[in-house]
Amino acid sequence: MNSDVPVTSRRQVRRVAGTALGAVSLLALAACGSADPAAAGAPSSPATFKPVKQEEGSQITVWADAARVPGVQAYQKAHPDVKIKIVTYSGDANGANDLQTKVQLFDRAGSGWPDVAFSANVNDGSWTAQGKTPFAAPVDKGLIPQSTLSGFANGALNPCKFNGTTYCLRNDLAQNVLWYNKKLLDKFGYSVPTTWEEYEALGNRVAKEHPGYLVGTAGDAWSPEVYFWASQCPASATTGAKKVTVNLQDAKCTRMAKLLDSLIAKGSVSKDTVFSAGFIKNQASKVLMLPGPSWYGQVLFNSTFKIPKGQIAAASPLKFEGDAKNYTGNVGGGLWFVSSHSKNLKAASDLVTWMTTSNAYQATAGTYPAYKQAAVAWLAGQKETGYFAEDVAPVFQQAAELIWPGWSATQYSQEAIYSSTVVPALNSGKPLIDTLGTWQTAITDKAKSLGYTVN
Amino acid sequence: MTTHLATEQNGRRGGRSARNPVGRAGYVFVSGYVLFLLAFGVLPTCYAVWLALSNSRNQLVGIGNFTRTFTDYRFGPAFLHIGLYLVIWLASLMILVVLLSLMLHGRMRRASTTLRFLFYLPGALAGVASVLLFLILLDPAASPVGWLLKGFGWNTLAQVNAPGHLPVLFTVIAFWTGAGGWIVVMYGALNSIPDEILEAARIDGASTLQIALRIQIPMITKWIAYMLILAFAAGTQLFVEPQLVSLASWGMIPDSWSPNQLSYQYAFQAGDFNGAAALSVDLLILGLACAALVVFRTGLFDRDER
Repeated sequence: MNSDVPVTSRRQVRRVAGTALGAVSLLALAACGSADPAAAGAPSSPATFKPVKQEEGSQITVWADAARVPGVQAYQKAHPDVKIKIVTYSGDANGANDLQTKVQLFDRAGSGWPDVAFSANVNDGSWTAQGKTPFAAPVDKGLIPQSTLSGFANGALNPCKFNGTTYCLRNDLAQNVLWYNKKLLDKFGYSVPTTWEEYEALGNRVAKEHPGYLVGTAGDAWSPEVYFWASQCPASATTGAKKVTVNLQDAKCTRMAKLLDSLIAKGSVSKDTVFSAGFIKNQASKVLMLPGPSWYGQVLFNSTFKIPKGQIAAASPLKFEGDAKNYTGNVGGGLWFVSSHSKNLKAASDLVTWMTTSNAYQATAGTYPAYKQAAVAWLAGQKETGYFAEDVAPVFQQAAELIWPGWSATQYSQEAIYSSTVVPALNSGKPLIDTLGTWQTAITDKAKSLGYTVN
Repeated sequence: MTTHLATEQNGRRGGRSARNPVGRAGYVFVSGYVLFLLAFGVLPTCYAVWLALSNSRNQLVGIGNFTRTFTDYRFGPAFLHIGLYLVIWLASLMILVVLLSLMLHGRMRRASTTLRFLFYLPGALAGVASVLLFLILLDPAASPVGWLLKGFGWNTLAQVNAPGHLPVLFTVIAFWTGAGGWIVVMYGALNSIPDEILEAARIDGASTLQIALRIQIPMITKWIAYMLILAFAAGTQLFVEPQLVSLASWGMIPDSWSPNQLSYQYAFQAGDFNGAAALSVDLLILGLACAALVVFRTGLFDRDER
């Protein structure tokens, strides 16, 4: 017992502690409901969509990121009769979840939802379509004609589909291709690989003959989408509403992990991320090849790495020799949502349709349009820039149809899990193959915490 | 006689509050604060406690949300991270702030005004801006002290942000942004010690160390206790630092590194506001327990006997 503490204080402490203990006991006894949010919360499959009372001609609020705002302004200029309020926000880029945060709050407040929202996070399709009253309105139930929906690239709307209903429109695709520096490749006398086995062999040669040059990176947040998705690794395959299969010990996962481990050990695959200041400063000019999304062309090689015109080219996605077909993963691709709470669904749907399908906007957009006709116009524009060493159109169009359908959009981000689980392990010297167990546990735990049943 | 004086003083005090407007002015002055405290402090706390005890259908669930969040796979690591961070942060804050204040007050009085201003300056920046500054400092490729980071064998941001380094990194950021203000406060507290006492100690032959340990530190104990309570509360609320460092490192730090981040994940990724509130109440209880312990151990609220 501490004699410095006054007796009255000790009595007070005992009294307070006793009262708290009593209150806790009473509360435990008084419980009359379940604390399990799955039991108390919303069902996984939403109720039939019932629009709120429509007000023709009413103002619509549009949330978009800075890159998409000029497009919305162009729509506003072309449609002066439509009243639009534009709100610029993060667009959920780089792992932000501003839209979900705000929608959760609007759901509690019962008002405030935007009529239209853009998200750069392809996983946002999962949560917007779920809950008691999903934020996203089903667009294939009369809002947008089937003829428009069928104009999107094969599988482009998959991240928008839940229980057979389409809840959003895809803005752009992020299909992977094999980027390479044609000038360097020609100089070194190498030919472009067509299989992962040839890629590995070339990586080994590069490490030996031109140390310091790179054929890939494994420290990017989207490495799972680039390598493991292309390898058809079942890291995240949804089998039903809130049901997912996670099996990173599958041979299609381990083959890619072993391939990357071998090249990381030799030094021709970097453990860094292509957007780190160190990589840009020291390694950007030494990138010989880089499997990655279509947006790498202008965003990474041109704007960030400042690789001069006429050097960079794209080749078809790679395949394993034993596979019948080559597949690619998907690194992003924005989504446009029409809010189920909108009082002007017609105006909101028109805007979303225009943003995703019109050549007037999509042909000049920064990334590959998901709408096939707009993609043709966009590719013509890319050719006109003269940046690439060869026309990327055939490769981009081919890759757009090769996205492996086994990997689905989920409420959790594969990118975030890979970054926080695998990247630190790689940087501490652990081989990728040894991290598969930890990675699997991390995906499983995260999925379960969000109400998924994991097989 | 004593009884008479006490009664007289009490009567005078009571009379002042009843008749003199100066007494009532006090209530007017605090009323604004009290209103804001109720609106943005007490009521949200009560709401959080209610959310923590109920489910999404407003049914009372007792301590169900607490037990549910306690068994979450992220609960243990999040509190472990914050515990480790608090040990390093509080120890370094207590020792370095008191030490620097004593040095400024003793041997460096001439330069103390300039140094106090310099120490305070980083704290004057908004917290988020300070963290952003550190995001540049911690990247060996962009940092002006990149040579120092490379000296430790860290050549990339990923190596600097390794999971084991995070409690120390966040301590460095928090010290940089918060310690300067406390040095100014401690310096003020040291100034409140009468010079006669220090002079008498010196005449009696006490060394600088003895004066610090036996006179100065015991006489500013309440200030140190006050710093401990606020630093503990702020430390358990860690959110911005891991969130921003995570964004800058492309997600290398788990999204539930700290309890506050975990609470955010509950509320805004899972839509589970009740679980999020339970975690917030956990932090409230921790903060209150620390405060109670420090208050009772140091007699922080004891009034000086006259």
